Amino acid sequence: MLKKLVMGGIDWIDTRIPMTETWNKHLAQYPTPVNFNFWYFFGSLAMLVLVNQLLTGIWLTMHYNPSAAGAFASVEYIMRDVPYGWLLRYMHSTGASAFFVVVYLHMFRGLIYGSYQKPRELIWIFGMLIFLVLMAEAFMGYLLPWGQMSFWGAQVIISLFGAIPIIGDDLTLWIRGDYVISGATLNRFFALHVVALPLALVALVFLHIVALHEVGSNNPDGVEIKRKKGSATEEEKGQFTFHKQYSGKKDIVDAIPFHPYFTVKDIMGVSFFLICFCAVLFFIPEGGGYLLEAPNFEAANGLKTPDHIAPVWYYTPYYAILRAIPDKLIGVVFFGGSIAILFLLPWLDRCKVKSIRYRSWKHKLNITQFIICFIVLGVLGTLVATPLYTLIAQIASVGYFGFFIALFIYSKNEKTKPLPTRLTH
Amino acid sequence: MSNVPVNSGRRKFLTLTTGVVGAVGAAAVAVPFVKSWSPSEKAKAAGAPVSVDISKIQPGQLIRVEWRGKPVWVVSRTQKVIEELATLDSKLRDPESKEPQQPEYATNAGRSLKPDLFLAVGICTHLGCSPTYLPDSFNEQVEGVESGFFCPCHGSKFDMAGRVFQNVPAPLNLVIPPHYYVDETNILIGVDKGDA
Repeated sequence: MLKKLVMGGIDWIDTRIPMTETWNKHLAQYPTPVNFNFWYFFGSLAMLVLVNQLLTGIWLTMHYNPSAAGAFASVEYIMRDVPYGWLLRYMHSTGASAFFVVVYLHMFRGLIYGSYQKPRELIWIFGMLIFLVLMAEAFMGYLLPWGQMSFWGAQVIISLFGAIPIIGDDLTLWIRGDYVISGATLNRFFALHVVALPLALVALVFLHIVALHEVGSNNPDGVEIKRKKGSATEEEKGQFTFHKQYSGKKDIVDAIPFHPYFTVKDIMGVSFFLICFCAVLFFIPEGGGYLLEAPNFEAANGLKTPDHIAPVWYYTPYYAILRAIPDKLIGVVFFGGSIAILFLLPWLDRCKVKSIRYRSWKHKLNITQFIICFIVLGVLGTLVATPLYTLIAQIASVGYFGFFIALFIYSKNEKTKPLPTRLTH
Repeated sequence: MSNVPVNSGRRKFLTLTTGVVGAVGAAAVAVPFVKSWSPSEKAKAAGAPVSVDISKIQPGQLIRVEWRGKPVWVVSRTQKVIEELATLDSKLRDPESKEPQQPEYATNAGRSLKPDLFLAVGICTHLGCSPTYLPDSFNEQVEGVESGFFCPCHGSKFDMAGRVFQNVPAPLNLVIPPHYYVDETNILIGVDKGDA
């Protein structure tokens, strides 16, 4: 009786909106490579953190006061007086760092397994746009507590636009809406942080997934699971039924449906992630000054610069590149270039083999040196610049950009290993 | 439904013209949104000139005045400091103040109206931090120079006339705001003489 009622209800909906169809197409009958490993947790984790940020963010706006006079005090009010306000705020601030952790690991996965290569260029581009919006979102969010580091960090970053010839000064004035960072800046950053950029972020995540499901996931072997129709044996195709969207045009091999296999696997990833996340959240929410910086416990003061202005850890590699160059305009160009060049990755890598498993020693070496340079730059970006550190940052910057140049050169005629015909697992 | 054949030339013309008119309309609508980001009348009013009384300043002392939310330094330079300024040319990026970082009347050796009183916007020309005044420990930054300004953010260095040293990130000398002496002890910051 109850079952009949439920089925009737589902039918009623399905004739009006394609609910079951969508469920099957994107979850229950969506073919996923069998050999996904540890690295494939971070996409779903990024979505989890996004939900955390949206939810805690909405709740924080209920208590936060976006004005130069009231912002700092309202954050203290959230921390001290609002029931569980401290928890909501720490979930949001820890979530911001966690977002970058999972996104960086997600990008690293794409890098080593060649997930950006043809035909997945647009997935990479949407992903990079998500990363860009995320950086803007985090930057604007950091101004909102209106502490010393909020203020001076924003001052430094907005000044970057001043390096643009001719229009630079007018542009910075327009961004700030005042001759200095003021309440006008705070209010527009608030509007962008809580409305405009989250909308853009959600839209881009949607497009990222639409693009992913159109071509299907890559995997640690970088061998496609979709073959020419009629070329695979029944044994290769396995026991599962996939949606005709995928199995109608191609033979699907070595795949299992996303649900229930990867939904359950991802939930296990979520539980591991939450253990780490909660450990930080409850025991070191300030992250020793790296997640929430000490000068931010003092209200913004435009007449007093903190002794040492360091961005939050997730910006430090690019910041170190900016500082390594003794000329302001060229510094800003390379700073922007360090992000922009990532967009070009699908076209800079001209190798046909995707996964690092079957690529040359040159590629393995190049990725290794790139990651080392990235981490070195990240560490240097948190430190006070000295002549020695500046020199090291300059060397690491060469390594950072050198990765892309070298990749473009050797990938054309790279000596690769033979690819397996089936996925290895 | 009419069965008259589709006139594709007419369709193209109409699509194009409505498209163009629509785009012009959208561009016009963008104006208020873009312009609303410019400084408000209130912000402009708050950017009005400020007056500073220098009658009580001690030799070597720096006083800060707020103008347009920025710190403006008024520094009393001792004779020793003034003499030291002339010896630094080889270490500076723009010793003769060729870049337009100051009004014409401050384009001189001390970048000031009077040699013993220096006035500048205390914002580093690199990325907008406020440098620290080191009246007698600047030796640690530049050997053999006793006093100057050191930016804690990225290590830029300026002499006692706000001129930037070589091999630091800041590209330009400190900005000298428009200002003039109303009388012997009062300076008005934010306007040139005659504009007020």
